[in-house]
Amino acid sequence: MTAYLLKRLLIGAATLVVASVVVFLMLEVVPGDPARVMLGMNASEAQVELLRDQMGLNQPLIVRYLDWARGLLSLDFGKSYTYSVPVIDLVKERFVVSFPLAIIALALSTLIAIPIGLFAAARRGRAGDTAAMAVAQIGVAMPNFWFALLLVYVFAVWLRLVPAGGFPGWGAGAWPALKALVLPAVALALPQAAILARVTRAALVEVLGEDYIRTARAKGMPMRAVMWRHALRNALIPVLTIMGLQFAFLLAGTIIIENVFYLPGLGRLVFQAITQRDLIVVESVVMLLVAAVIVVNLLVDLSYALVDPRLRTRQ
Amino acid sequence: MSGTVPGNPSTLGALAGRALTNRSFIIGLFITLVVAAMALVSFFWTPFDVTRLIVADRMQPPSSAHWFGTDHFGRDVLSMIMIGARNSIAVALVAVGIGMGVGVPLGCWAAARGGWIDEALMRFNDLIFAFPALLSAIMITAVFGPSAINAIIAIGIFNIPVFARVARAGALSIWPREYILAARAAGKGKARITVEHIIPNIANLLLVQGTIQFALGILAEAALSYVGLGTQPPMPSWGRMLFDAQTVMIVAPWLALFPGCAILLTVLGLNLLGDGISDIFDPRARRRP
Repeated sequence: MTAYLLKRLLIGAATLVVASVVVFLMLEVVPGDPARVMLGMNASEAQVELLRDQMGLNQPLIVRYLDWARGLLSLDFGKSYTYSVPVIDLVKERFVVSFPLAIIALALSTLIAIPIGLFAAARRGRAGDTAAMAVAQIGVAMPNFWFALLLVYVFAVWLRLVPAGGFPGWGAGAWPALKALVLPAVALALPQAAILARVTRAALVEVLGEDYIRTARAKGMPMRAVMWRHALRNALIPVLTIMGLQFAFLLAGTIIIENVFYLPGLGRLVFQAITQRDLIVVESVVMLLVAAVIVVNLLVDLSYALVDPRLRTRQ
Repeated sequence: MSGTVPGNPSTLGALAGRALTNRSFIIGLFITLVVAAMALVSFFWTPFDVTRLIVADRMQPPSSAHWFGTDHFGRDVLSMIMIGARNSIAVALVAVGIGMGVGVPLGCWAAARGGWIDEALMRFNDLIFAFPALLSAIMITAVFGPSAINAIIAIGIFNIPVFARVARAGALSIWPREYILAARAAGKGKARITVEHIIPNIANLLLVQGTIQFALGILAEAALSYVGLGTQPPMPSWGRMLFDAQTVMIVAPWLALFPGCAILLTVLGLNLLGDGISDIFDPRARRRP
């Protein structure tokens, strides 16, 4: 187990390093001089050259990479080209929107998917199962940003239950802020829940064929208890794996969905930065999100050991 | 013919018999063919010319002349969806081609050689796999400029490790078989065995993965176009149409309805087709009691 975790940890770290090199190099080949962008078209050659020196842009590539990477490790990403404030400040401001959104969506999708998976697996082959999986099949094919548009139309335009977009900020109180996050979270969660429900059902069906399930039933354990205590627990590893993978999708989805609802999160920040060619913001946010995905996948690997005691002792 | 299934799972007759009785396969194939036909027809004919903007006809609700209505430039939505289908299919298909073209040889090579080459290739695979694909695609298109070509490359790159993994796993399960041993005894080299025996025997796995990645590619292209990083106007694309529809949704909800349905149906069709194909080739995997 330790060796396994160590290996995962190494792969995670290596991925981060490779990711940082790729991101750094990608922005190197981009046309356009950041110093020129900051100073505008009217600046003289000498002014631009001076700023290039100040920004360290005239240093050799490897020195600049190491500087940048060292900055990343201490959460010092540098200054935004367009806002002239530290990138970390921009990120912090937006993080308090995107992070709650992703967490609510993840929680929601799990809360919907696991019971549906249990329901379908317990009735496999029967009408309830077929209907649930048909709905899931549609959910898997649903583009989340389109689903978001439909939700806006029904719940914000027709029924006027929630705002169609925008974010009042947490300063306006928890309830108005949460209300603004409801539709985006549902739009993100339901397509994810469809995938998760299918995986949960498949894993449960696999487990339900095992001898120990028959034993539990034979000794008179009620089906409900068998499902929750034996079947679900044993089916949890593939479910956790998919949840880890989904987190990456969720983050990318958050970026897209924030644009549907005009939420001032990391996704909006990235797109504004893209249109303004504020590449240092783009690279910082992408690096942060890649790091988040890697950390979550490590946590998933760790959680295997929590779920399955056999993995803790295996050599 | 479905009675012959368990005895002889891979004769052509048995496969065809299972295909004809498999609901997922039939529905999936039907939807996929309809979308493909729509895309093909759009090369020769669309109900209206989408390059002509007729302002007098703008934002017409669905009618007998314009089945799906018209947009804010007076363009026919059905015609745009037909051309959008062409576009979505082209992007997703080339992206799958890139993934298969690079991933399958890599996976087969890793399986055939084993040892450190296998280890190195698979670790490299893990590296790309750990990257959040859509996020990276957003970054690639943002940096190298929004265009359909860059969207294809960005989506294609992340298909490579998927196909490499499937090909390697499939190939590893074929190599110990007796007919491979026989081929080796006959003096065939590893490369020739891979081409003549391994790849035909993992073709069904690759086909299933191909339909899945095709569907994901269509979703990714739509998402990228929606945020303005994929196909560029005036070329119609489903994602872009949804973006344009968003601002006028209150007065013209049909503009947001039909392109979304097109994406949903296409992806649904491909997923059903993939499920069907994997059922047909491996009936025992699904039908376990």
